[in-house]
Amino acid sequence: MPDGYETVVGLEVHCELSTRTKLFCGCENSFGAAPNSQVCPVCLGLPGSLPVLNRRAVELAIRIGQALGCEIRPSVFHRKNYFYPDMPKDYQISQYDLPVNVNGHLDLPDGSVVGIERAHIEEDTGKSTHIGATGRIKGASHSLVDYNRAGVPLVEIVSAPDIRSAAQARSYVSELRRVLVAAGASDGRMEEGSLRVDANVSVRPDGSTTFGTRCEVKNLNSFRSLVRSIEYESKRQVALLEAGEAILQETRHFDESSGETHSLRSKEEAYDYRYFPEPDLVPLEPDEALLRAAAVGAGLMPGERRRLLWEAIGASLEEHASGALADQIETVIDLELDRLVVDAVAAGADGRLALARAANEAAANPESARSLGAGSFAALLQLESSGSLSATQSKAVLTVLTEEGGDPSEIAARLGFEGLGDAEIEELIDGVVAAHPEEWSRYLEGDGKVAGFLLGRIMRESKGRANGKVVSTKLAERRSRA
Amino acid sequence: MSRISVEEVRHVALLARLELSDDELAVLSGELSALLDHVEQIRRLDTSGVPPTAHPLPMRNVLREDEPRPGLSAAEALAAAPAVEDGRYSVPSILGDEP
Repeated sequence: MPDGYETVVGLEVHCELSTRTKLFCGCENSFGAAPNSQVCPVCLGLPGSLPVLNRRAVELAIRIGQALGCEIRPSVFHRKNYFYPDMPKDYQISQYDLPVNVNGHLDLPDGSVVGIERAHIEEDTGKSTHIGATGRIKGASHSLVDYNRAGVPLVEIVSAPDIRSAAQARSYVSELRRVLVAAGASDGRMEEGSLRVDANVSVRPDGSTTFGTRCEVKNLNSFRSLVRSIEYESKRQVALLEAGEAILQETRHFDESSGETHSLRSKEEAYDYRYFPEPDLVPLEPDEALLRAAAVGAGLMPGERRRLLWEAIGASLEEHASGALADQIETVIDLELDRLVVDAVAAGADGRLALARAANEAAANPESARSLGAGSFAALLQLESSGSLSATQSKAVLTVLTEEGGDPSEIAARLGFEGLGDAEIEELIDGVVAAHPEEWSRYLEGDGKVAGFLLGRIMRESKGRANGKVVSTKLAERRSRA
Repeated sequence: MSRISVEEVRHVALLARLELSDDELAVLSGELSALLDHVEQIRRLDTSGVPPTAHPLPMRNVLREDEPRPGLSAAEALAAAPAVEDGRYSVPSILGDEP
């Protein structure tokens, strides 16, 4: 961001709900079917068809509102009219001035809070493919439309203009994604369009309390596009202001290949959507029963999961602030391995070790790791903590344990990791000390560098069967006794 | 008296992809104007203090279970389309110059 200016961002996130059927009809809601194979008179807008609201979609929408701390209110569906072939009815059913969820907030991992203005229910549109030289809508000879997606239930989550950087926008979307997945409302797959983001971006001089003119950037299908488009758009707007030019309020398309945004619609297409209440649907007034049904089945929210992990590893406030463990914590939450860590700690494992092994080693095969029993994970970690297994050996056992299951001690024995007994290790140390008297006396005098040499020799003599930590401890003991 | 011109009806008909004869355009121009006049009359009423009516029926929360039901096959769905390509509806260029 150029000096002297601040970026202001509000995000609109469209989330496809994980229902079995569409919002207003019984057509299947699933990704990747043959074009126009999941359609019926309702979602094709054929004459005489009538929409009926999907109970599950309503419950998931309310659950999103609950997760975002929204007020959940009586709401009404409206028709948003526009002539565009992606909606065969020539209108989209949406919620307008009376959305079901309002005035919530999302807490980000860094402690910042982003307001949620509304989260309303609407139907998705069909998918258009533009045929022509560029594959873009401009200059296309014609377009092909698949209505499988038309009528799929969406919740559009509109943030307040509380976001101040591309990095914070990224953090907001990834936290929101975690919340939506935890709520069971969405599969969170951005690459399949389950989450789609539009960014309202403006800039203003530092210290200014009024907002600049904003542009709405569309086509942000990945975190990378989100970050790049906000950075590009901020610079473009600052350059206009510096040159004394005005910023036009408009919709702009982000081009992934050039990393630039381009004006999408000319001003004569500035739409008047002529919203009016949908006469075919009655109002939605969430009552106690609906609110309770919505709450059933929601998983733990990421903030709570984070808190449980911090608690399990017993981190200090300084460590919270330094963020040293934060990456590992985010990794295990994203891979759904946090339950494993918390349960393993409850079963007696060391918290930090459990977190590290989950974030690094178990993360290589998260699917299998998720079905790993917390008890056997804890048992393995205890073998490592007690020195029966070295870190390297423990990781090797974990790989087998994750893939095949079984008992950690048995796997260790099978892999030949039967640790050497104390007597055997002492014997090895005796041998190395005798063979290298000069290095040994330097070690006794406190030469730290030679410690590694001695350890290496002993480990080599043991053919990797000695635990390095145990050997180091024994060496130190001998020195303190000498 | 509102007046919806024949040209305006022609434009809206094009947007809605309706093919209308000159006679039909003339009839609709009169009918649409009469409709607007009717709405204009209603607008003259003082409705301050009357809550907006979203729906005339005293009903709330009409919901259906999230159970799939058979719809149309792709062939049935596309049967009424003027043009089809690749199993999809083929539509004229969207950002074309409007007449």
